[in-house]
Amino acid sequence: MTLPNTNLPELYRTMRRIRTFEERVAELYARGLSAGSMLHLSIGEEGAAAGIAAAMRPQDSFTTHHRGHGIFLARGADPGRMMAEIGGKAAGYCRGKGGSMHIADMTLGHLGANAIVGGGIPHVVGAGLSYRNLGSDAISVGFFGDGAMQQGLLYESMNMAALWNLPVLFVCINNQYGMGTRIDRATRSVEFDRRAEAFGLSAAMVDGEDVEAVMETAQRLAAGARAGQPGFMAVSCFRFFGHGRMDKSPYRTEEEETIGRKRDPVARARDALLSRGVGDHASLDALDAEIAAEMDATIDFTAAAESPAALSMFRDVYGADQPEPEPLAVRLDRILAA
Amino acid sequence: MASTEITYRDALRRALQDGMRADETVVVIGEEVGAYGGAYGVTKDLMAEFGVTRLIDTPISEPAIVGVAVGAAMTGLRPVAELMYVDFLGLVMDQLANQAAKIRYMFGGQIGVPMVLRTQGGTGRSAGAQHSQSLEGWIMHTPGLRLAMPATAEDAYHLLRHSLTLPDPVVFIEHKSLYTRKEMADLDTPAAPWGKAIVRRQGGDLALVTYSRMVHVALAAAEMLSQAGIEIEVIDLRTLNPLDMDTVIASVERTGRAMVVSEGPLTAGVAAELAARISEECFDYLQDPVIRVAGEDIPIPVSPELESASIPTQALIVATVQRMLRR
Ligand SMILES: Cc1ncc(C[n+]2csc(CCOP(=O)(O)OP(=O)(O)O)c2C)c(N)n1
Ligand SMILES: [Mg+2]
Repeated sequence: MTLPNTNLPELYRTMRRIRTFEERVAELYARGLSAGSMLHLSIGEEGAAAGIAAAMRPQDSFTTHHRGHGIFLARGADPGRMMAEIGGKAAGYCRGKGGSMHIADMTLGHLGANAIVGGGIPHVVGAGLSYRNLGSDAISVGFFGDGAMQQGLLYESMNMAALWNLPVLFVCINNQYGMGTRIDRATRSVEFDRRAEAFGLSAAMVDGEDVEAVMETAQRLAAGARAGQPGFMAVSCFRFFGHGRMDKSPYRTEEEETIGRKRDPVARARDALLSRGVGDHASLDALDAEIAAEMDATIDFTAAAESPAALSMFRDVYGADQPEPEPLAVRLDRILAA
Repeated sequence: MASTEITYRDALRRALQDGMRADETVVVIGEEVGAYGGAYGVTKDLMAEFGVTRLIDTPISEPAIVGVAVGAAMTGLRPVAELMYVDFLGLVMDQLANQAAKIRYMFGGQIGVPMVLRTQGGTGRSAGAQHSQSLEGWIMHTPGLRLAMPATAEDAYHLLRHSLTLPDPVVFIEHKSLYTRKEMADLDTPAAPWGKAIVRRQGGDLALVTYSRMVHVALAAAEMLSQAGIEIEVIDLRTLNPLDMDTVIASVERTGRAMVVSEGPLTAGVAAELAARISEECFDYLQDPVIRVAGEDIPIPVSPELESASIPTQALIVATVQRMLRR
């Protein structure tokens, strides 16, 4: 057997960082330090994030759905600033205005997470249009869940990307559920690649437990997209926990969860590293411990971080040199000044 | 009348249940309405009684949910379409505003669209800019749509029951911060008929006109003001279409001053419409300009501190009333 030509230790490290980060997000919520409870953990989906990010180049851009922490981390985000944003703090990526579901960072090509299912998908088609017209060799990658496979906007977007030969890759992270609805209750056709092919996209389905397979598929489709043949891939995985922090998944059995959680890309990569002799238990444990310490620090950082200043709420509604909305208190002062 | 203690959420569920028992053409259609019981638990357990043909779980396809409801309403069913967040109006406005709202009129009165679009809005959960809005202004600005926004459990029940009897599309906007509110409610007889406002508190110094969750903020402000010797009247509009200006006008004429409070953004919003009407219709009685206390003209930020500061607070209402009365 020939070993796949991937950097599995690096993929493992990325996935472990995602898993541990998400565990700390859960802790942030449990400690009452998060901005709200609408926090969607990507535990179980690390293979998709790490594998596809590894196939992207620095100049590439992307959008994500509401379950996008892992993808952003895999693209090199600072977990401290991410956690601070999830805590609604001024030190966060979006100054505490966006939160978990609206995190973004233009320097890393993150055109934005989105709380509207499907809302970010057409943006990558627009980015592809820019890259084509501006002569860039970047591609744009749209990440979304299986739930978005039933949103009409996806198909309008796919059609345009194919029609105009845009450098776009659509990625469906199929974790089997949209909230409490298992995919077979949302559609009769789960062969998502066939839908994409019908529009003229190159399409593939891949097992998200196998991060190397994800990466290889993404590399192939990204190369096509860069050459003007847009692609689509569906990454199959399992959402280990509830939809958001309040959801205890009463709609599925413990047995289903136990079986689903066996589809663990992090554990599988670890086993592969051990069996290939690339790592041993001691070195992997040391790496995990180092990551745990790194992620622990994100909570401390967030707990100590400042909330945004009150007047900052009026900033960034419009461009920097534009007049800001008048605060209500100022307006009332003006009107009621005796 | 028999009053029961009930939450806003349970009152809504009872209204759906009683409405579905009374009229077998009523169906509920939307995301997670069936097996899951609704994202905010309003349809919990209804599946057991009504089954999958009347509690219809859908894929995440909002424009089609509303459009399907329109078609069903034109052909014999009375759908209650559920939009999990009012913010998703962005996706469905064509089906709602161009289709549902205009069909009766465009087709010369041949047919109506007797459907209800149930949804919830407002702040209070740090849910961010796309899950916290107050978009009633969009609806109120669209002729052909009725609009109900209950503040109490009793109104939640009766306004929803009544919505299920109307000949035209009703947008029914609940407030996400009210679901767990528990209060005494008379589920047999509404305190006022559909389309009528209710004076929740009497007072001679100023008329405060509001609706939905802001009713409770206003009532709390009124209690504080009372301790300072100021008595304000608090009017709960209950429905924004129809809009009961008679009750508002009577109160403004009595008090000589008016304030409008709404959680939605100030500019071109519900409060703007109300202030304009009061100014036009009560001009001779007003001792002061009508004052609007409304949401800031910004998207809703996720930070809990910024979020709560972006909408009218009890303190701001109190201070503003005191300044209006120069006391
Ligand atoms: C347009 C829209 N409809 C509904 C919702 C509510 N909602 C948020 S996430 C979600 C499920 C999404 O499922 P999927 O796309 O599979 O993503 P996952 O949560 O599984 O990652 C729903 C229904 C929303 N945010 N936006
Ligand atoms: Mg999913």
